[in-house]
Amino acid sequence: MAKNVQMKDVDIYYGKFHAVQGVNLSVPPHAVTAFIGPSGCGKSTVLRTINRMHEVIPGARVEGRVELDGEDIYRPGVDPVEVRRAVGMVFQRPNPFPTMSIRDNVVAGLKLQRVRNKAQLNEVTERSLRGANLWNEVKDRLGKPGGSLSGGQQQRLCIARAIAVQPDVLLMDEPCSALDPISTLAIEDLIGKLKQDYTIVIVTHNMQQAARVSDRTGFFNLPAADKPGRLVELDDTEKIFSNPAEKATEDYISGRFG
Amino acid sequence: MTLVGAASTGSSALIRARLSSWSLAAIAAGAVAVTAVLFAATPMQGRVAFVLVAAVLYVVAQTTVSALVEGRRRAKDRLVTSIVVACSCAAVLPLVAVLGFTIAKGTAVLSGSFLTHTMRGVAEQDANGGIYQAIIGTLEQVGLATLMAVPFGLLVAIYLVEYSSGRLGRFVSFFVDVMTGLPSIVAGLFIFALWILALGQSFSGFAGSMALTVLMLPTVVRSAEEMLKIVPDGLREGSYALGIQKWVTVVRIVLPSALAGIVTGVMLAIARVTGETAPLLVTVFGNPALNFNPFSGAQASLPLFVFSEAGLPNETAVNRAWAAALVLILIVLALNVVARVLARLASVRS
Ligand SMILES: Nc1ncnc2c1ncn2[C@@H]1O[C@H](COP(=O)(O)OP(=O)(O)O)[C@@H](O)[C@H]1O
Ligand SMILES: [Mg+2]
Repeated sequence: MAKNVQMKDVDIYYGKFHAVQGVNLSVPPHAVTAFIGPSGCGKSTVLRTINRMHEVIPGARVEGRVELDGEDIYRPGVDPVEVRRAVGMVFQRPNPFPTMSIRDNVVAGLKLQRVRNKAQLNEVTERSLRGANLWNEVKDRLGKPGGSLSGGQQQRLCIARAIAVQPDVLLMDEPCSALDPISTLAIEDLIGKLKQDYTIVIVTHNMQQAARVSDRTGFFNLPAADKPGRLVELDDTEKIFSNPAEKATEDYISGRFG
Repeated sequence: MTLVGAASTGSSALIRARLSSWSLAAIAAGAVAVTAVLFAATPMQGRVAFVLVAAVLYVVAQTTVSALVEGRRRAKDRLVTSIVVACSCAAVLPLVAVLGFTIAKGTAVLSGSFLTHTMRGVAEQDANGGIYQAIIGTLEQVGLATLMAVPFGLLVAIYLVEYSSGRLGRFVSFFVDVMTGLPSIVAGLFIFALWILALGQSFSGFAGSMALTVLMLPTVVRSAEEMLKIVPDGLREGSYALGIQKWVTVVRIVLPSALAGIVTGVMLAIARVTGETAPLLVTVFGNPALNFNPFSGAQASLPLFVFSEAGLPNETAVNRAWAAALVLILIVLALNVVARVLARLASVRS
């Protein structure tokens, strides 16, 4: 069940370092929302607050509200493990588990949560790999190590792994930046298909990619070198790329800086 | 222009004269010949001296010729290469010598009966007798020490890498470092004072394995820690992102990824304590007869056996010591082989 994500006055810190300031945004379900902006402006940081991965880093903390269908995921008593089951994530570098087979990689989330039913696991494996457009390429070698696949296939394996636990939201942090153009195309196709079932937020440093895959685009920027990053504006992708409201966005899009 | 001209005359700036392998062989032969003449003409003698002199002559001649023919840069390169190769040989030499010597001396006595009999009622000059009791003792003591040190050390390493932040972690880490340098006799004396004097227990294999545990622990902790540290954070994050709890991530993702290295480290720790003598002197005590029970009474052990037999003023006893030393080396060697095989198996997937 795709859910919407809302951020209200969110401030994000690494220890004393104020990384991102005053983010207010709304991410609709069944759509792809892209975050763009110069590197170091806090796109990944914002993304990682949506599944409470930010706090994995020692000293890191978040202020403000982050809501999943209206439910604040930072209110006291919320278990970050439960949040992460609802909000899946795909990383910049494909990170299949090296000690596991392709099949075990896909169902790792279920198996490590004690699902033992063979038939169910097999069904989930096939459904997730089909969902990640990988089934036809690997169906004859599900027992092979996950690391034996190509980079692009590994990334799709990680997507299969993420959707196998049926999250509501799927976060992707520059999922194509370590891949060749053909694998990138395969992942972009996949993103278009996945948005039917999930809320997708993707960070990309590639503006063409944002224009190709996303329905909404948010532009992040650093106002000055030692200031925290900010969300400049978030709007329909078409509008951002044709007629942005802010001068900074237009400068960035037209390649005048960044 | 110059390049074309140079190429057409066959002396491009990119091509330098080089010593061919036959000229190097000739230099070597010359060095040996000169050494032979020297040894015949002067009072110099001895095989070791011959090899050393020949080697030095060869290196000097080779470097000089190379400097004349090939230029200074290649000559320096040849000189340094020769020195590095010589040092490598010198480093391996003692190991090979020890091994060769032990095999030569040890095989004289080594036999089926030597491995299956004890020293009970055997006098030092008797040719019979064996090391069955010592093999059993060593296996039991090292086995018990492994059973105690490995889980314990692994948990400490997991704590240090995955959970600790701040003071306690640094404190534990500091003490592990200190323990790494602990002299083994001190570990033995510690168990002797605590277990045997203060608690009034008898000498036993178990007392020895406690001393060995003290010695193994820092090695296991350090090697496991290093291996856990090089597991990429991306794997941990990938696991957390699937909604997997931290401890499950550690047990099912991190540990298996580091397993090959951890197994190797554990095996090296075992190999190291298998040859320990000093801490066993004051805890296990040694015993000519077989004592199967490691929890009560003095036991034998291979290093102790080597130590006591080698000190006897009798040829047969000393030969027994060599044979026991050979068995000890073989056991450690077997452990190393097992470690490699296990590490290979454990890392098959990656
Ligand atoms: N683990 C971390 N510890 C401390 N500071 C960090 C950490 N990760 C990122 N930062 C800082 O936070 C800011 C935002 O980084 P990030 O979100 O990675 O930017 P982006 O993804 O937009 O390139 C940067 O100034 C970066 O140096
Ligand atoms: Mg980033």
